[in-house]
Amino acid sequence: MPIVFLILALFTVVMAIGTVTARNLFHAALFLIGAFFGVATIYVLLEAEFLAVSQIIIYIGAIATLIVFAIMLSRSMMGREAGGYNRFWLAAAVGAAALWSLLAWVLTTVSFPVVNQPVPADAIFQIGTGLVGPYVIPFEVASILLVVALIGAVMIARERHRQR
Amino acid sequence: MTIPLSWYLLLAAGLFCIGFFGVLSRRNAVAALMGVELMLNAVNINLVAFWRYVRPVDLTGQIFAIFVLAVAAAEAAVGLALMIAIYRTRRTINVDHIDLLKG
Amino acid sequence: MDWSQIDLRMVGALWNQAWQNAGITPPLLTVINWVVAAVVLLLVGLNMVIGLIWLERKIAARIQDRLGPNRVGPFGLLQTVADALKLLTKEDITPTEADRITYNLAPALAVFHVLMTLAVIPFADGVIGADLNVGVLYIVAFGSMGSMAALMAGWASNNKYALVGGFRVVAQLLSYEIPLVFAMMIPVLVAGTMRMNGLAQAQGQFGGLGWYVWVMPCAFFIFLAATLAEGERAPFDLLEAESEIVAGFNIEYSGMKFAWFFLAFFLNSWVLSAIGTTLFLGGWQGPFVDRIPALGVVYFFAKTMVMFWVLAWIRATFPRLRIDQMMDFCWKFLVPLALVLLVGTAILLKLGLPSPFDGLALLVWNLVLLIGGFWLLGKAQHRAVYASKRAFTPQLPRL
Repeated sequence: MPIVFLILALFTVVMAIGTVTARNLFHAALFLIGAFFGVATIYVLLEAEFLAVSQIIIYIGAIATLIVFAIMLSRSMMGREAGGYNRFWLAAAVGAAALWSLLAWVLTTVSFPVVNQPVPADAIFQIGTGLVGPYVIPFEVASILLVVALIGAVMIARERHRQR
Repeated sequence: MTIPLSWYLLLAAGLFCIGFFGVLSRRNAVAALMGVELMLNAVNINLVAFWRYVRPVDLTGQIFAIFVLAVAAAEAAVGLALMIAIYRTRRTINVDHIDLLKG
Repeated sequence: MDWSQIDLRMVGALWNQAWQNAGITPPLLTVINWVVAAVVLLLVGLNMVIGLIWLERKIAARIQDRLGPNRVGPFGLLQTVADALKLLTKEDITPTEADRITYNLAPALAVFHVLMTLAVIPFADGVIGADLNVGVLYIVAFGSMGSMAALMAGWASNNKYALVGGFRVVAQLLSYEIPLVFAMMIPVLVAGTMRMNGLAQAQGQFGGLGWYVWVMPCAFFIFLAATLAEGERAPFDLLEAESEIVAGFNIEYSGMKFAWFFLAFFLNSWVLSAIGTTLFLGGWQGPFVDRIPALGVVYFFAKTMVMFWVLAWIRATFPRLRIDQMMDFCWKFLVPLALVLLVGTAILLKLGLPSPFDGLALLVWNLVLLIGGFWLLGKAQHRAVYASKRAFTPQLPRL
């Protein structure tokens, strides 16, 4: 069991590093898709299979397609000019490494109240009743947010016909 | 429970820091958005790991993660629309060149 | 011989016993079982495509009053083998300035997403690769990955027409995913489970009349239309038909890479037929299947072949739709129909009618929507034709 986690975690981390270091933007998008898939397999290890499948549908099927479309629609940026790092990359790398060491120290020293219970067998039923029961207000707010984002994105990105 | 909780949390922290590095160090705005998506995924792994190890009976952790997923989708859509609009008017999405508001 | 004693699970028990006698312990044995099951599924899936391609060509030929392949082998059965050998020996071209990694990865991803869905198809009661709790959503997930493969193929070819073809494929696949998901959710609502084996088990009442195609024909129609579009089959195959001027996103692919796309297309058609069989036609249900479980495989394959035959029949008969007609059909007809159907089904199920009457109420609601929907579609078409005729009527000069 731990060997499976190590392989999947290594896969996810390698894909994530590929995302942030690839020079060609399209390759970075492909690495991102690999990272999303790795995260979905981690969810399967954590016995959250509904979330794993939703991750694949939403992230790979929708968000990754959006990102790839945005890369294709800003085509001339595929060249060497826009790949690579800006002038803050060294500070960013040092900052990220420092942040990770701090987080790793905190997470390994604190002891969390871990319990050893199994996941309920009707987890999907409970997610459904939770979304329309106790959490109906965040559900409705999320749907309003998605409608607003949809309308806003279409309004911002549409072609404007210039009037001469 | 053969995998200790701290392993999942370390993985999530690692992904978060990689995404953090990506947002701050990339020249292309779309690549910075990819870093943001990595950070959101790291947060989701954290949420689901805590749900599984601390309170698996109550499905709140997974529901929270589903909401984070939905919000991430909305934010990616709006962000990419903004970048397309910027590209159309300024012909560049190099973050070093989009600095009109800089004092 | 007592046929009811033959259970496929007995074979599994004998297999496990033989390995344990040879000294292989359970954790390693589980891994070996998984690998063997995966290899068997893959071999069955990939080798079936040879027969499927031959079958589709024969069906299309006979419907169009011609013979079809009949020279290579008896009844032309070896024609597909000959085609595969030809494609294997073709030169492997990569276009200049094409993105080499993406160009090679796209056909692999196209086959990957189809093969992964083979894991949740119930061939008989319990004979399923992985009876996931979220089987139906798993299929949707890997269907959505297929659009990524097409987009990669279109981009990596470094060809304007392939790119436009790739954009259109993604538009079509993403649009038709929505009615497909709604049409798949309606049997899930009625059966109360997302497990594929559970859906097949829930259609066992009233003999053959418990199948969901009799209870919800409108959902079956939406599923059929969305399946035709998701599989890029006629009449929705504008994007990669051979007779179009530009063969869509796979124009720059030749030889074995094109063979992979071709294989993915036919296997996808079969897998979608298998999913339709499980969701609507009762899966492995049939007469005497509770006494002789092995008959489930026979019924499943028979029903899947019938559905595949229907898909090939539609391909040979209908003309192709334009891209804007395709989009209109999805967003202006299928999505509102599916939404109204879903809400109505949920309300009817909440009413909690006793056993035969809830099926009858669902049937009535489905027929109302089917007939009403087509009547409205007919009126809209009539108005469009009438408007376009008026636009072309020459205005005679007033004397």
